[in-house]
Amino acid sequence: MLAKQQQLEEVQIDEIDRKIIAATQQGLPLTRHPYNDVAASVGVDVAEIISRMKNMTELGVIRRTGVVPNHYKLGFKANGMSVWNVPEEKIEELGKKVGSIDFVSHCYERPRFLPEWPYNLFAMVHGKSREEVQQKVNVIAELLAQDDFGHQVLFSTKILKKTGLRIK
Amino acid sequence: MELHANDKIIINQLQGGFPICEDPWSELEKKLNIPADEIIQRIEHLKNEGILSRFGPMYHAEKMGGGLTLAAMEVSHESFDEIAEIVNEFPEVAHNYARDHRLSMWFVIATETPEQVEDVIQKIENKTGIRVYNMPKLQEFFLGLKFEV
Repeated sequence: MLAKQQQLEEVQIDEIDRKIIAATQQGLPLTRHPYNDVAASVGVDVAEIISRMKNMTELGVIRRTGVVPNHYKLGFKANGMSVWNVPEEKIEELGKKVGSIDFVSHCYERPRFLPEWPYNLFAMVHGKSREEVQQKVNVIAELLAQDDFGHQVLFSTKILKKTGLRIK
Repeated sequence: MELHANDKIIINQLQGGFPICEDPWSELEKKLNIPADEIIQRIEHLKNEGILSRFGPMYHAEKMGGGLTLAAMEVSHESFDEIAEIVNEFPEVAHNYARDHRLSMWFVIATETPEQVEDVIQKIENKTGIRVYNMPKLQEFFLGLKFEV
């Protein structure tokens, strides 16, 4: 488990990168030249902002740049966290399979807690209703077939807290 | 709010791949065939309406040296609000959801260093007297929000 966690390796970023992160983690300004405005607030020229942000994208520090829709507002009001007990030795193959389904937004391997929590694969499924989520979960179950040793869907019943991630 | 055809294009096409260059809007104008100013205005409007929760780069917390985990607790119905209040008071708790399961409370802990995650979990356990299941991701299999409207 520890060895696997280390796969999410930390990469080297410096003081200027951190300033760029601080200036953009709430978003880019919706101006005609957003990177110029970031450059002005960080205090370096725009070419440097662009090359550093491209570099951070290549390193995976920036996952992607674009818009993030609020699925709830778009009518995807049901969100089900589907959890699966799948054979450990096939987790990579199965995880990639499930993660590539277009209605799965996040797909992770997480540790089991035996005996009470045998589930090691998590796939977040969104739908317009619980029924729709359930149908989509059934599609995953069919795909996993004999490798599905058991699964559950945990529906969210209430958002208790939601704040963005803050990075200093 | 009723979405305009161009809003849908923006939502479907711009969940990644916003250009990193001096004049990103002109590049998008060509790609989406929508005037640059209109794209900016539509994103602004969609943000104000709450249809978009963000516009900009999405950062990967662990790659920057931070700690991140998903944690779960078995909280009884009677003490649910009280426990939620204790858990939510921790600034490291970013999201917290009630879910219909014996493990009824699920939250994300984000810290500046990986070591601090364990520390926060300890504190939550001490304050609530309830075991916290620590379920960090061991592997990630694609992360793309692919909502189509």
